[in-house]
Amino acid sequence: MTAADFQAVLPEFILAALAMLGLLVGVYTGKDRTAPAMLWATSAVLVVVGLWIALNGEGSNVAFGGMFIDDAFSRFAKVTILLSAAAVLLMSESYMARRDLLRFEYPILVALAAVGMCVMVSAGDLIALYMGLELQSLALYVIASLRRDSLKSTEAGLKYFILGALSSGLLLYGASLTYGYAGTTLFDGIVAAAADEPPLGLIFGLVFITAGLAFKVSAAPFHMWTPDVYEGSPTPVTAFFATAPKMAAMALFARVVHDAFGGIVSDWQQILAFLSVISMFLGAVAAIGQTNIKRLMAYSSIAHMGYALMGLAAGTAMGVEAMLVYMAIYVTMNIGTFAFILSIERDGRPVTDIAALNQFSRRDPARALAMLVLLFSLAGVPPLVGFFAKYTVLLAAVDAGLAWLAVAGVIASVIGAFYYLRIVYYMYFGEEVEPVDQTAHPVLWGFLMVSAAIMVLGVANLFGIETWAANAAAALVD
Amino acid sequence: MTPAALAFYLFAVAVLTGGLMTVISRNPVHSVLWLILAFLSAAGLFVLAGAEFVAMLLVIVYVGAVAVLFLFVVMMLDVDFAELKAEMAKYIPLAMLIGVIVLMQLALAFGVWQAADGVTLAANLSELEGTELHNTAALGNVIYDDYLLLFQLSGLILLVAMIGAIVLTLRHREDVKRQDVLAQMYRDPAKAMELKDVKPGQGL
Repeated sequence: MTAADFQAVLPEFILAALAMLGLLVGVYTGKDRTAPAMLWATSAVLVVVGLWIALNGEGSNVAFGGMFIDDAFSRFAKVTILLSAAAVLLMSESYMARRDLLRFEYPILVALAAVGMCVMVSAGDLIALYMGLELQSLALYVIASLRRDSLKSTEAGLKYFILGALSSGLLLYGASLTYGYAGTTLFDGIVAAAADEPPLGLIFGLVFITAGLAFKVSAAPFHMWTPDVYEGSPTPVTAFFATAPKMAAMALFARVVHDAFGGIVSDWQQILAFLSVISMFLGAVAAIGQTNIKRLMAYSSIAHMGYALMGLAAGTAMGVEAMLVYMAIYVTMNIGTFAFILSIERDGRPVTDIAALNQFSRRDPARALAMLVLLFSLAGVPPLVGFFAKYTVLLAAVDAGLAWLAVAGVIASVIGAFYYLRIVYYMYFGEEVEPVDQTAHPVLWGFLMVSAAIMVLGVANLFGIETWAANAAAALVD
Repeated sequence: MTPAALAFYLFAVAVLTGGLMTVISRNPVHSVLWLILAFLSAAGLFVLAGAEFVAMLLVIVYVGAVAVLFLFVVMMLDVDFAELKAEMAKYIPLAMLIGVIVLMQLALAFGVWQAADGVTLAANLSELEGTELHNTAALGNVIYDDYLLLFQLSGLILLVAMIGAIVLTLRHREDVKRQDVLAQMYRDPAKAMELKDVKPGQGL
């Protein structure tokens, strides 16, 4: 390992060292009493590392003989992942502490999951891809069943674990086929072998790898685990699932299809277009019947993954740029929405039934208005930021000659708007029910308001993320 | 016949006999012992093939740990092996089928496997030829040099697995009496017992 290699993995190294240090501190001092301090320290480090990556990194550096790629694309994804992980950690504190779930291992596992996600987005090799994915998934399985006395939480963890293992199996089978036909696990070598007329086995490898990754981003028809896991996990963990890992898995998806299979765009374009259209419609239609807001957000995330995949299906630099912009906006919207969901309580107990929100606007107009903005943005109503997110992916799809996919996307988004607007209806015009508590924890209130403000103020120029996304896409797609 | 060929046939026959006897011997403890013979002979085959590191792994991991674990399981658990054995005839056709499939797969892999254009599938061994590098040293070079990142990442994965197992199963029970070494060491014998002078006929 040379100094240059070490330089490239320094952010991951810092996070891993932090996690191990935290483990020692936690074990030898106050155990779970140190959890709040550790949680704040971990988020602070995540933010610092994220900002450091954003401001400091430049150029494309390849380390460890091509296994680890540090370029503008991976930096964009890492910044989104680290900042959203930090935000979700901060949001969890009050919820976890009150339910006696705030154990000192929680921030450590989130930090280790973040390491895995950073490796995923930087992977330049099939083995590195798998290592990052497994590190991330294993940490997520554990925090999904953190509330181990609850039947639903353990069920969520077990379901996630078994289906995750199945998807890892699919991915590994695909990877082994790819290795067998390309003779190497490095993306550089695979892209050379997969040019022009690749052997059929390589296409099979591509299909299985895509299926495995679709599982991880919860794209239909590989979405079955999502609603149950989202419902069963503790709500802050659900918020985490819906943000950072999605960004990591989508970025990894983009990395694999462009870096490893960039020579056979037409082969994977049809797979991604299929996944995209199925996810959009399934997410939109299946969410209509949900009354639990966590399940609803699960279907909402499936639909959103469909739109992000639409950007990827375009197969162009513009498509990757649209996907990155979409994911960044999606993560921001979800952080705000989950800050709202976490703050909904009745007599100090969390409520996830959307009927509990009836007449919410009378009791707390400010929070109701913020949630209204976020829901409109999730639905893609102009002129909010969520609309521009959808607009960019649709534009990328049309530009790549996938007009039918764009039309399908518009139809699905109209169907999907129904269930977002239904929550707004409940909040403003619903019947009188037993009221929910009016106080929200200041951290949650802050995140909700900031996120809603971004949805309104961002319409001016999207805070310039388009330029960063364009640079990132240019680094990925030559 | 050269000594190497002789050794090969010896080990090969031993592996086959060991494998067969593992399946058909009546006493489960004997089965495990036959299995150990099969492992040891396979290790011998690896040494003949020049893979001494794999041979040592086989002896240490399989004979040393796995087979002994089997032995414990067989001796400690009350499994009716005779009943399991009785159904062996039923599964023979299925086993034959699987055997044929494995054979066909091997034939495919070694016969007609076609990689993409311009790709060589054989591992690049040329840089090792002519050097005095042992298997172990060569593997160490690869694992701790080329694949250092992956090696460390797998370490992190195992760490997560350990943390996860503890988080999900460890319970701090309040009613359990634990040993407190310091309390035991600093105990004062003079205060451990209180002597009472009981007057006759009065009680305490």
